[in-house]
Amino acid sequence: MSEVREIDYTGSERLTMNMGPQHPSAHGVFRAILTLEGEKIVAVDAVIGYLHRCHEKLAETLAYVQYPSIASKTDYVAAMASELAYVMAAEKIGQFEVPKRAQYLRVAVNELQRVASHLLWLGTWCLDMGGALGGGTSVFLYCIREREQILDLFESLVGARLLYGFHQVGGVRYDIPTGWVEQCRTTMDLIEQRLGEYESMLHDNAFFEMRTRGIGVISSQLAQDVGVCGPLLRASGVKYDLRRNAPYSSYEDFEFAVPVETEGDCHARYRVRMVEFRESIRIVRQVLDGLPEGPISSRPGVKSLAQVKVPKGEAYARVEGPRGEVGCYLVADGTNKPYRMKWRGASFSNLAVLPHIIPGVTVADVVAIMGSVDPVFGEVDR
Amino acid sequence: MTGTSAMSPLLVALISGGVVLGALTGLLAYVTLLERKFAARMQSRVGPYRVGPHGLLQPIADGVKLLLKEHLVPDAADKGVFNLAPVIFFIPCMLIFASMPFAPGLGVADLNIGVLFFLAVSSMEIVGLFMAGWGSNNKYALISAMRAVNQIISYDLPFVMAALVPVMLAGSMKLSDIATAQQGLWFIAYPVIGQLAFIAFIVAGVAAENRTPFDILEAESELIAGFRVEYSGMKFAFIQLGEYAHVIGTSFLGAALFLGAWAGPGPSWLGPLWFTIKALLVFVLFTWVRWSFLRIKVDQILSISWKLLLPLTLLLLLATAVVIVIRSGAGV
Repeated sequence: MSEVREIDYTGSERLTMNMGPQHPSAHGVFRAILTLEGEKIVAVDAVIGYLHRCHEKLAETLAYVQYPSIASKTDYVAAMASELAYVMAAEKIGQFEVPKRAQYLRVAVNELQRVASHLLWLGTWCLDMGGALGGGTSVFLYCIREREQILDLFESLVGARLLYGFHQVGGVRYDIPTGWVEQCRTTMDLIEQRLGEYESMLHDNAFFEMRTRGIGVISSQLAQDVGVCGPLLRASGVKYDLRRNAPYSSYEDFEFAVPVETEGDCHARYRVRMVEFRESIRIVRQVLDGLPEGPISSRPGVKSLAQVKVPKGEAYARVEGPRGEVGCYLVADGTNKPYRMKWRGASFSNLAVLPHIIPGVTVADVVAIMGSVDPVFGEVDR
Repeated sequence: MTGTSAMSPLLVALISGGVVLGALTGLLAYVTLLERKFAARMQSRVGPYRVGPHGLLQPIADGVKLLLKEHLVPDAADKGVFNLAPVIFFIPCMLIFASMPFAPGLGVADLNIGVLFFLAVSSMEIVGLFMAGWGSNNKYALISAMRAVNQIISYDLPFVMAALVPVMLAGSMKLSDIATAQQGLWFIAYPVIGQLAFIAFIVAGVAAENRTPFDILEAESELIAGFRVEYSGMKFAFIQLGEYAHVIGTSFLGAALFLGAWAGPGPSWLGPLWFTIKALLVFVLFTWVRWSFLRIKVDQILSISWKLLLPLTLLLLLATAVVIVIRSGAGV
C-alpha cells in the first residue's frame, strides 16, 4: 500500500490552493486542499461532510414503507440502486418473497439507471476536461439529451424523474404502463446508436488520449487495499461484479459480460464504463423479452405506515450500483421501523483512493481523475 | 479615404479610426451571437432566442447588463494594477485593426510593415493579462497568469512563422500588397505550402487566442475563470471584448494572408463585404475547433509548440524560400 505523503506546508515555493467546496468541477460539495509546487501537486487533503443529512438516523424514525423514497436521496444520480439495497435488506430479515415479475422489473430499472448514471458521468467528465466553453460542453449536452429519454421512461413508470420510491418491501410499487416496453426498446436502440457517436468523438481523439492515458493509475493491489469498487475496481484488473459474483434479484437469468481492463488509468475506467453501457442495454432487452406475467409484489399496495413489520433480526444487503457496491445494513426490532441502519456508499470508498493517486500529478489531472472516479457526494456524506 | 487630400491628415486619421472602431464594436457584439448560435446548433440546442427576433438583440441586452453591474474590487487586490489591466489588455486587441486595409485604400493606416505591426501589437496583450492575474491577488488568477506567459510566448513564434509564409510569397509585409499578390491564386490554394501554412496558422491562432483546446488560461474546471475571476461589470466586458477583438483580428489577418482579402465576384465596392465574410468564415473555423475538442494540459501545450509546431513552421518557411528561389529562376 502506497504511503500517503505527510503534508508539509513550509517552504516558500509551495502554494496551498483550495479546490472546493464550491468549485466548477467538484461534482457536488467536496473540498480538496491542494499543496502545489508550480503546477505539480505534492499533497492533497480531502475534506468531506458538507452534504451530511443524517440519513442513517433518519432511517430509524421512518417506517419501512416510507424510507425507500428517502433512500433515493443518498445517491441521487442512481436512486434505484440504493432503494433496492434498502428493501432487499428488509426482505432478507423478514424472509419476504419477491415475485419473479417484480424481480425482473427491478433489474430493468436498475440497468436503465446505470445507463442514465453513466451518461451523466461521461458528460460531466468531459465537461471537466473540456471546459464549459469548449468541446466538453458538446459531449455533456449530448449525454444529457439521451439521459432525458431514460428519465422520461422513469417518469411514465413512476411519475418522478429523479427520486423514485419505486421499490417496496416485497416487490415494486408500480407496474409498467401500456406502451412502455415499446418506448423502452426505441430508447435503447437510440442510445446504443448514440454511444457509437460519442466513441467516434472521443475514442481516437488525440486530445482525449493525452488527458486520460496513464493518468491516475490505480494498481490492482492499491484498489483492493483501499476497497474501491465498481468500474474502478474492474478497470484495475479485478474481475468483481456483484451481479455476477453474488447474484440478486434474478441476475443469474441474464447473459451479460463483465468488462475488465488492467491499466487502471482514466482511459481504462472510460473503456470499462463504455462496455457497461452496452451490457446494461443488453440486460434491459433481455428483461423486456422475458418479462413474466404475475403480481408485482408479494404484499398489498401501501396503505398505512404500520403495514410492513419486519421481525427481529439483522441483515446486510448489497447491490451493484453504477458506482460500485451499494450496501445497506439493517437491524430490525419487530416494529414498523428499523432499529438501526447503516449505508455503505460506493462513492465513499472510491474517494478514499484519491490521496494515493493525486500527489505527483498536475492541477489539470486532478479534475480528470476526479471525474473518472465519478463520486456523488450525496452518497459520500449521506 | 487617402484621396481626401483637402483635409488634414490628423483629421482623416481620427475620422477613419472612429469609423473603424464603431463598425468593429458592432461587429464584435454580433460575433458573440454568431458564436453562440453556431455552438448551439453544434450541440443540438437553439441558442439565444428570447431577446428580439431569433435572439438578435441579445448582444445589446448583454452589454446593458454588464454596464449596470457592480464593479467589485477585492480588498486584497493591488487596486491600481487591477483597474488598469482590462484597459491595457483591451488597447492592443483593438489596435491590431489599425493596419488592416478593408479594401484598396480603405483603412486607418496601411503600413508597409502591416503584418509585423499586427504580430507585435497582438502579443502585447500578455502585459494586460499578467497584470490582471497579478493584481487580482487570487491564487487561481496567479496560476492562470503564469500559464498565460508560458503559452503566449510559446505560440507567438509558430504563429509568426506561419504568417511569414504568405509574406515571403508576396514579397511584402504590406497587407494590401499581399492582397494584390493573391489576385491570380489565393495563397491557401498554393500547392502544399499554402495549406500547411494555413493549418499551422489556425492551430497557433487558436492557442494565441486562448481558446479550447488551448484555453488553459481560463480553464474554468481547474482555475474557475483564471485571470478574470475577480472581474465584474464593464471591466469584465472589456476583457471579453478584447478577446473577441483578438479572435476577429486574427480572422481578418487569416483572410488577408490566405483567402485573397477583398477579392470576390461583383463590383469592387463589394470588397469589404467579401473580406468580412471570409474573416467570419475563418472565425467559424476557430469556433468549430473550440466546441469540438477537450482542453489539453499546460505541459502538453508547450511540448506541442516547441517540439512540433515550431520546427514544422520553420521547415515550411525554408521550403517556401526554396520554392521562391526556384520559381524566380535564380538557380539552386
